[in-house]
Amino acid sequence: MTAISTTKLTRIFGGGTTFTGRHRPAVHALLDVSLDVAEGDTLGIVGETGCGKSTLARLLVGLDEPTSGKIRLGGKEVRTRGRWDRRERARQIQYVFQDPGSSLNPRKTLQHALEAPLRRLVGLDAGRRRERLAELMEAVGLRRDFLPRYPHELSGGQAQRVAIARALAAEARYLVLDEPVSALDVSVQAQVLTLLSRLREQLGLTYLFISHDLSVVENVSDKVAVMYFGRVVELGDRRHLFQAPRHPYTELLMRSAPRLGQRHIRAETKPAELPDPTNPPAGCAFANRCPRRLPKCRTHPPALEGGPTGTLAACWNPLPSADAETLSSKPVG
Amino acid sequence: MDAVSTPTVRPKPGGRSGLRLLVRNRLAAFGLVLLAVLLLVALLTPLLPLPDPDATAPADRLLPPGTPGHWLGTDHLGRDLLSRLLWGSRVSIAVGVSATLVAAFFGSLIGLVAGYAGGRVDNLLMRSIDLVMAFPYILLALTIVAVLGPGLLNALYAIAVVNIPFFARNIRGVTLGLARREFVAAARLSGARPATLLFGEILPSVWPTIVVTMSTTLGWMILETAGLSFLGLGAQPPQADLGSMLGEGRKLLFTAPHVSIIPGVMIFLLVISVNLLGDGVRDYLDPRLKAGALTAPVAATAVQRDRPADRADGSEGPDPLLSVAGLQTEFHQGDRIHRAVGGVDLVLHPGERLGLVGESGSGKSVTALSLLRLVPTPPGIIVGGEIRFAGRDTLGLSARELRQLRGGRVSYIFQDPLSTLHPLFPVGDQLVEALHTHQDLSSGKARQRAVELLEKVQIPGAQQRMRAYPHELSGGMRQRVCIAMALANRPDLVVADEPTTALDVTVQAQILELLRSLAAEQNSAVLFITHDFGVVSELCDRVAVMYAGRIVEQGPTEEVLSAPAHPYTAKLIECVPVLGESDRKVEAIPGLPPAVDELPAGCHFADRCPFAEDQCRRGELALENIGRDRAARCRKPLWSEA
Repeated sequence: MTAISTTKLTRIFGGGTTFTGRHRPAVHALLDVSLDVAEGDTLGIVGETGCGKSTLARLLVGLDEPTSGKIRLGGKEVRTRGRWDRRERARQIQYVFQDPGSSLNPRKTLQHALEAPLRRLVGLDAGRRRERLAELMEAVGLRRDFLPRYPHELSGGQAQRVAIARALAAEARYLVLDEPVSALDVSVQAQVLTLLSRLREQLGLTYLFISHDLSVVENVSDKVAVMYFGRVVELGDRRHLFQAPRHPYTELLMRSAPRLGQRHIRAETKPAELPDPTNPPAGCAFANRCPRRLPKCRTHPPALEGGPTGTLAACWNPLPSADAETLSSKPVG
Repeated sequence: MDAVSTPTVRPKPGGRSGLRLLVRNRLAAFGLVLLAVLLLVALLTPLLPLPDPDATAPADRLLPPGTPGHWLGTDHLGRDLLSRLLWGSRVSIAVGVSATLVAAFFGSLIGLVAGYAGGRVDNLLMRSIDLVMAFPYILLALTIVAVLGPGLLNALYAIAVVNIPFFARNIRGVTLGLARREFVAAARLSGARPATLLFGEILPSVWPTIVVTMSTTLGWMILETAGLSFLGLGAQPPQADLGSMLGEGRKLLFTAPHVSIIPGVMIFLLVISVNLLGDGVRDYLDPRLKAGALTAPVAATAVQRDRPADRADGSEGPDPLLSVAGLQTEFHQGDRIHRAVGGVDLVLHPGERLGLVGESGSGKSVTALSLLRLVPTPPGIIVGGEIRFAGRDTLGLSARELRQLRGGRVSYIFQDPLSTLHPLFPVGDQLVEALHTHQDLSSGKARQRAVELLEKVQIPGAQQRMRAYPHELSGGMRQRVCIAMALANRPDLVVADEPTTALDVTVQAQILELLRSLAAEQNSAVLFITHDFGVVSELCDRVAVMYAGRIVEQGPTEEVLSAPAHPYTAKLIECVPVLGESDRKVEAIPGLPPAVDELPAGCHFADRCPFAEDQCRRGELALENIGRDRAARCRKPLWSEA
């Protein structure tokens, strides 16, 4: 069953006219994004700054409204009107922020943070809340005596555990994890990743895992979507996508990512910058940087199309799967 | 209204330490004591054996101070001045405080709503506030009193209204920043309604600003009350109030100066005590000031070496470019001593690239900053060890000699170029300055060289980009500028502290290649500080792993990563997911690193180490050679040549 599904989701910031009649520049943050995440799966979303991955996350949880397009959660289309709808949605899908330090109110205790969804969304009485708090703290591997503490008394990893517990408190089955380990140290990152995979199995959760770190995404995801300039450029099964990337941007990301114990980076020769978001190019947004560019790439936007491995790529001239071999990295020296 | 409601500020979190901090600030403490005395006297006035302040006695008019029975003399109607002064102060304080509370309430409310709602509501509210501010405030107060009629209560309203904009603007600014913070979004997803968000989540963080604004306006309010009363619009006869007393005394300024001087002095004392205390409260509550913005760090880290450096003798081979032996850097904060760097030994040869790897708090950045004594003092102090750069002990250099090294033979690249580049100067000017500081160049030559440098770091359109301000460049471009600056004077050593951490992968790849090729071209050695083993593999010949202030393992990069000797290195490698090895299981290290102000004896990693034994928790561990060019600080290394 499809847990999270988006159809042609688009978000445009600005636009329209000011009251002196001038046109406001419109920024296309997200353009025609259609994704499906199956129940119990993890969809990894990879992309660099400004690719729209956080905008997508905010749209999914309802912190922002789409300009057009539809979101379906658990098969039902999300309505955004009344408070009741918003509460229903918050009980279905929750959000874990990148920086655990700033997603917790510095002047409120952890108990306050964790009780809020229990009281407001689930509607538990004081006794049940106390039991539930104990369960939640145990689930994320924290001692109960953390409850009366303030966020600044916690390390980054502990704070991120609390943030995860808060997302679980609403009994949401879908979690949008926006760079949940990027702000953490390597050893703590591993702790949180292990916790997330354990919770997914125990509670049957569905994750949308956003990260700029390809190795982390490869580690946690079943399917992966690569985003560039507000669009999904490649979408597919994790294994196929990383072993035989079809879109030149995915390939660029892969050969740019440093790997432990290997010296293999081949960077672009020229510094590249994103196209102007207020004036998006007519064709493929990556065309300017693309080594496999064809004349029609600049004029016609490519659509997501399937290849031999089942991976969808939005590219007029995708990499042949035979290139997969040359990609496998050389050892150091 | 009683003067009991004075907001003598008690800082909320950790009240006692806050009070102590306040008392340590002498002027604020003086203000506090003075204000406390004045308030106490004002409170006790009804209990004191004073004559009726309004009872006239024409026979005793204008008695000088010191007359028995009338210690401060009498006024033109023979009323006792001491009694009038104390009763009058009560009125002035009560009106000032009440006006502050009223203004704070409405002003903060407007500010909170405007800042939270944003958009049209914000525009509407703030433009109305601007309208109020467009009038000279005393004129506005006069108009309000003129409409409402003279009287103390009306004066209070006038003063409060006039001061609402001040609160509204301050509070709106703070709210605006807070309302877009993640914890507010998180609370919204927890089901909180707008009112709960505003008053339950945002208000607690705005409180300090409200309190600070109140403490700094209270003095004004008392003055303004006195001003209105002085003009005859506030307290009406016969009621005493400091302003009206001043007004009555004005006519007798030359014949009986004490009648006006005495309330004048009282106003002065009240306002000065409130202001001094207010400044103290602001210093305590303002996070920027608390973070030490008031203590300017000195030009170079203080060195207090009482421990002799154990000179690494018998080092074979050519003279190293940089050798660090037993470096210890500590941060002294209050009674706590944070041993950030607890004995680091490093050797770097010309042209070599060494990666210093560790997690946050491991002391890697402090080590790097200590090399040229860039750790801020206070609170940082270098308490031991020796740093030799090109044969000279940098810990013994004068500030002038250090300045010559900095940016000259040794240069730094930091993580965030936005905070290392000056925001108000074009990047070209900053590059030229870096060149001028260390080289004797004509200004035309320097500009030409700067353009060459920008071209070297592959900035397109270098000539035009010279005039660009840092905020006009992308993160990658800014870091390129920083690299150009660092390489400007052909340094022997480049210290790069997480220079690519804030960058996207594709940009990081380019920066790493750039750094590698340029450093090789100039034969500059690189000390590369990072938390990322992948980046180390890419760039560094050798790697040193730090944990809790010490290097726990050192050796050639490939060897250390393929056969780690220290359990920490091994565990840390297991934590890292590797691209293309999707079946590799990520293993976490249980626990957290120890706090550097309470380090355990023996091996600092023992508590988290699966191989730890009793002997690991005792005595000092040295970084011992375990093979050719490899060393580990472990009693039971996982790898050794033997």
